[in-house]
Amino acid sequence: MKIWVPMDSAAKALGSDEVAEAIRIEAEKRGVEVELVRNGTRGMIWLEPLVEVETPEGRMAFGPMSPADVPALFEETHPKALGLTEELDWMKRQTRLTFARCGVTDPLSLAEYEANGGLAGLRRALDMSGEQIVDEVKLSGLRGRGGAGFPTGIKWDTVRMAHADRKYIVCNADEGDSGTFADRMIIEGDPFCLIEGMAIAGIGCGAVQGYVYLRSEYPDAIAVLTRAIEIAREVGVLGDSVLGSGKTFDMEVRTGAGAYVCGEETSLLNSLEGKRGVVRAKPPLPALEGAFGKPTVVNNVISLATVPVIFEKGAEHYAHFGLGRSKGTIPLQIAGNVRHGGLFETAFGMSLGQIVEDLGGGTASGRAVKAVQVGGPLGAYLSPDQFDTPFGYEEFDGQGALIGHAGLVVFDDTADMLGMARFAMEFCAVESCGKCTPCRIGAVRGVETLDRIAAGDAAAIPLLTDLCETMKDGSLCALGGFTPYPVMSALRLFPEEFGAVKEAAE
Amino acid sequence: MRHSNPTPDEIRALIDAELHREGPLLPILHAIQHAYDHVPEMALPLIAEALNLTRAEVHGVMSFYHDFRKAPAGRHVVKICRAEACQSMGANALSQAVLDKLGLDWGGTTADGSVTVEPVYCLGLCACAPAAMVDGKLIGRADAARLAAELEGAA
Ligand code: FES
Repeated sequence: MKIWVPMDSAAKALGSDEVAEAIRIEAEKRGVEVELVRNGTRGMIWLEPLVEVETPEGRMAFGPMSPADVPALFEETHPKALGLTEELDWMKRQTRLTFARCGVTDPLSLAEYEANGGLAGLRRALDMSGEQIVDEVKLSGLRGRGGAGFPTGIKWDTVRMAHADRKYIVCNADEGDSGTFADRMIIEGDPFCLIEGMAIAGIGCGAVQGYVYLRSEYPDAIAVLTRAIEIAREVGVLGDSVLGSGKTFDMEVRTGAGAYVCGEETSLLNSLEGKRGVVRAKPPLPALEGAFGKPTVVNNVISLATVPVIFEKGAEHYAHFGLGRSKGTIPLQIAGNVRHGGLFETAFGMSLGQIVEDLGGGTASGRAVKAVQVGGPLGAYLSPDQFDTPFGYEEFDGQGALIGHAGLVVFDDTADMLGMARFAMEFCAVESCGKCTPCRIGAVRGVETLDRIAAGDAAAIPLLTDLCETMKDGSLCALGGFTPYPVMSALRLFPEEFGAVKEAAE
Repeated sequence: MRHSNPTPDEIRALIDAELHREGPLLPILHAIQHAYDHVPEMALPLIAEALNLTRAEVHGVMSFYHDFRKAPAGRHVVKICRAEACQSMGANALSQAVLDKLGLDWGGTTADGSVTVEPVYCLGLCACAPAAMVDGKLIGRADAARLAAELEGAA
């Protein structure tokens, strides 16, 4: 009997270790031989711990499981049987390209990785020139999934063409945005995919060393990826001669140290070099002068983990998904006060309302949705009035919002929007690197101004608006520059909570 | 329980083990904190010497990052997520209840040295909020009773 129990952090946080242990004990008691695989998560977090059992028809899902539900797994029927995993609505409706293997395979089995399409992309890339590799990425239309949406191929080309004795591929795994967990999920559930993507990037751009800057808040992801890199090195996927090609690429995990601003690429590079994680002014672009002063590709986890499938299936296959200039798929992360929270990979273009109401099933509390914050702590709040907006870079821009790393946090009608605006400023003040004044001082003034407004001083509202303009225009990076998004959107959507008379705010 | 008063040689050994890396300062600070639950003051000049930096530079780096502690934390560390997704599921009330019960402020340690409560901004458990961590064990859909039970189990 083969049984899968996820070892993803979210599954563990909901008790999957205890369920796995109960299965071991129960199997022994019954004298049943069980092959227990600890897989990644399928992304249906509301069903975790989600246990799967192999049957002649396919993998059968059970969840959410508790240790008390385990004995029935060995019986004819089970009250928590959900049917075949692949037939579940949530699974069937997805286009899983980047996350194709996540939750399916044993994350640390390279054999299973290969049996499910892994390494095919790298093998193909090894037969191509650097220029061909970069062209393939350009053709796919892949844009940075970290938030800015910059075309990945163009970045790679700049590094490829730069002359230097050493170049780097740096993976930004400092996934600090609330509501996002796609990076964590793929690193824990399919780490070889990131390794393969980085190797392709390295070979395409002529870089021999990669670093994954991974936040310290993700200890499980650090452990899984570190182990996966060791395995890849042992069998020659990494090292002096990648898959026997004679080309070199190796990589290392670097642990962050709890500074949100290090998700900004230039702060990240400073941190990697062992400096304070302050933002660098651009130019020079990191592509020309990045890590240790050398040409460096800095890409997000999901961008890099999407590279293998682009090479395996071809750029055109990838590019035919999507909407307008937002090509391919995006892993939506549905979080917060929502009934069905989890990760759903789909082509761009679904409407916000469909995501929240249809996929997410509305709020967990059963109350009305009040607002959805998209794109992390620097993303705008959107109200149900904007639910028609299709999920795409340009479409969200048109609403004064951003999709960022595609995390969506749902709030019900009890949310205190003035409080959320204050939190945004407070967070910016705590996490500001201190390099530029609009962010460092502006955020502190923002908290004070919101406190005045909370105390009933409506005259402070224009001051807040003004301050937000200054932060937006004058900050060096997205931390100070985008904090006004949540603040101003909260004010615009819910002026009455800021004590403003409706027409004054409109 | 690991001891928290290392000798200079013990620190030097940890430093040396990381020196082969490019940009070794953060790995060194992590290694020391991992071994002694904080980065003792006496380590700073040793690091500075090994990396050819000033002591002020090392201090500047260490103090920039929230992770590094100047003194050991309590025997148990509770981290509660304060970020938005967790707030949407009642994280503010949860942390208030925990802090009030222990008579602490964020970052504080109980008088008997048993518990430290720290804020964290997102553990990547935003789809099963509110989230917390007790001595490295992750807890989703946390509530005050569950955290208290974890602490009791860990005591
Ligand atoms: S916001 Fe709390 S875990 Fe992500």
